Amino acid sequence: MHPAFSVIFLTTLIGAAQGLFLALFTGQLYASIRLIEPQTDVFYAVGSALALGLLIAGLGASFFHLGRPERAWRAATRWRTSWLSREVIVLPMMMAVVFFYGLFHWLEWTDPFVVLGDDMLAIDATFVIGAVGTLVAFALYVCTAMIYASVKFLEEWHSPYTVGNFIFLGAGSGFMLAAAYSAYIGNHLVGFYGTWAVILTLLGLATRGATLVRNVGLRHKSNLQTAIGVRHRTIEQKSQGFTGSSFNTREFFHHKSPEFLRLVRLAFLVLVFPVPILLIALAYVTQSATLPIIAFVAQYLGLLAERWYFFAEARHPQNLYYQSVA
Amino acid sequence: MTQLALVIDLNVCVGCHACVTSCKQWNTSGWAGPMVDENPYDADPTGTFFNRVQTFEVGNYPQTETVHFPKSCLHCEDPPCVPVCPTGASYKREDNGVVLVDYDKCIGCKYCSWACPYGVRELDEQQKVMKKCTLCIDRITDQTLPESERKPACVLACPTSARLYGDVHDPDSEVSVAIRERGGYPLMPEWGTRPANHYLPRRKTRMHITEDELQRADNPLTKEDITVYTGEETLDDVTW
Ligand code: SF4
Ligand code: SF4
Repeated sequence: MHPAFSVIFLTTLIGAAQGLFLALFTGQLYASIRLIEPQTDVFYAVGSALALGLLIAGLGASFFHLGRPERAWRAATRWRTSWLSREVIVLPMMMAVVFFYGLFHWLEWTDPFVVLGDDMLAIDATFVIGAVGTLVAFALYVCTAMIYASVKFLEEWHSPYTVGNFIFLGAGSGFMLAAAYSAYIGNHLVGFYGTWAVILTLLGLATRGATLVRNVGLRHKSNLQTAIGVRHRTIEQKSQGFTGSSFNTREFFHHKSPEFLRLVRLAFLVLVFPVPILLIALAYVTQSATLPIIAFVAQYLGLLAERWYFFAEARHPQNLYYQSVA
Repeated sequence: MTQLALVIDLNVCVGCHACVTSCKQWNTSGWAGPMVDENPYDADPTGTFFNRVQTFEVGNYPQTETVHFPKSCLHCEDPPCVPVCPTGASYKREDNGVVLVDYDKCIGCKYCSWACPYGVRELDEQQKVMKKCTLCIDRITDQTLPESERKPACVLACPTSARLYGDVHDPDSEVSVAIRERGGYPLMPEWGTRPANHYLPRRKTRMHITEDELQRADNPLTKEDITVYTGEETLDDVTW
């Protein structure tokens, strides 16, 4: 498939934003049961603003993918059958939740409704919004991933690993961003967020690695024999019916050399997994404020490469019909 | 239920592209148009087509065979391109099974093209909506046309009658009979899309003559009078 930068930015930006939101709420949860030191409301409000900014940037990028962005609202109508439609509905929900989560913290509307246990868990409005938001964030990961995983013709994507990848890599980069944010403002949560980021990144490594292994051994269902219905072992395309290009030769091919693909794969395998983990570990030892930021940036760049490769590695059966110009 | 479709006879298709050009001509100027071309007279021309004719070579030289292969939307009975559309722009007509795109609803997200294994949907570069074969829906449903012309443009244009058109759900229609009796097959059956369009295979006409067809097996004397002529006048030399 042709890797479109609009979709690459959309999926990586909103993945990190959802992860950041999950990180903020995880922090609030841990703080409310006093496992980590409590943070000010401003910490959550500014973090939410950052997540919202990423979501808006992702949404903006997605519009470049559409031929007719002015009609994008129509895409919410077929949620019964289309995962794309479901994403179009859940993404604004995510944005609303993040907005209100930040707003309630900013306005300090945090008087608890009930206090559970022996003054242990105070349930306030932000807690409720955060809990709802957690569900929405996971729903959005699933919707985004299923857009790809549900297309059975793209066998490289058609597996549960794809859903795992979107969840773990997205959440990993979000927690990494939370660690960077904590390091930037100098609070004590770098270790907490960094640890979670490393755990999620390692889970991502497991699913992404499994995907790579699976796709190496993948045997495609279709071949030239079934494509044109001639039972012969030697079939060669002599003409695709035109000498120029067409939508079919642009949308479904990456037009890059196998060496370039291998280079991109190496780049993301290095940048997404070992580099940020090492940097976070180093930051933990040296108490550095800049290393977590570099770790996030490196991982994000790696994720751009990962998403590029994700598209490029998928081979569509229609390509069987477009193998030779003339 | 009716399911209109094409049956394409690969045995007689000569790869002349008459269906391609007639399709483009009819549809670019009609209901489904325009089918925009870019740089038509320049380097790297590109454009929207509903129908393409491709050519494949089967076998190794000198035992080769050329297969001309027209390809357009197969109007699948279980079209995977329809449920993925987020807007409902892609739909399958209830009354005749033709798969269509509503250009006024399509947002050009290209998702449906990913969900078609046959690569027959093309995004129009200028109108920015998804386009595909309509089976000339504006012709075949036009009651003002005489019955014989109520057919897709490609079918009317084909000089070798390689394209049959009709209802594949009617067991007695020309297309159903052709599929049944001449080995009609669907493309990529492994995906379960149940294409309505079918293809008829290449066939070779061979004469099978066995020994007992040359010798009359029921000759009681098992002896044939095979006359050997040695220059005398035969029946062939008689001038009438
Ligand atoms: S051939 Fe492709 S575009 Fe046509 S109905 Fe089947 S899946 Fe849809
Ligand atoms: S490109 Fe148009 S017809 Fe295709 S899925 Fe998107 S909105 Fe539907």
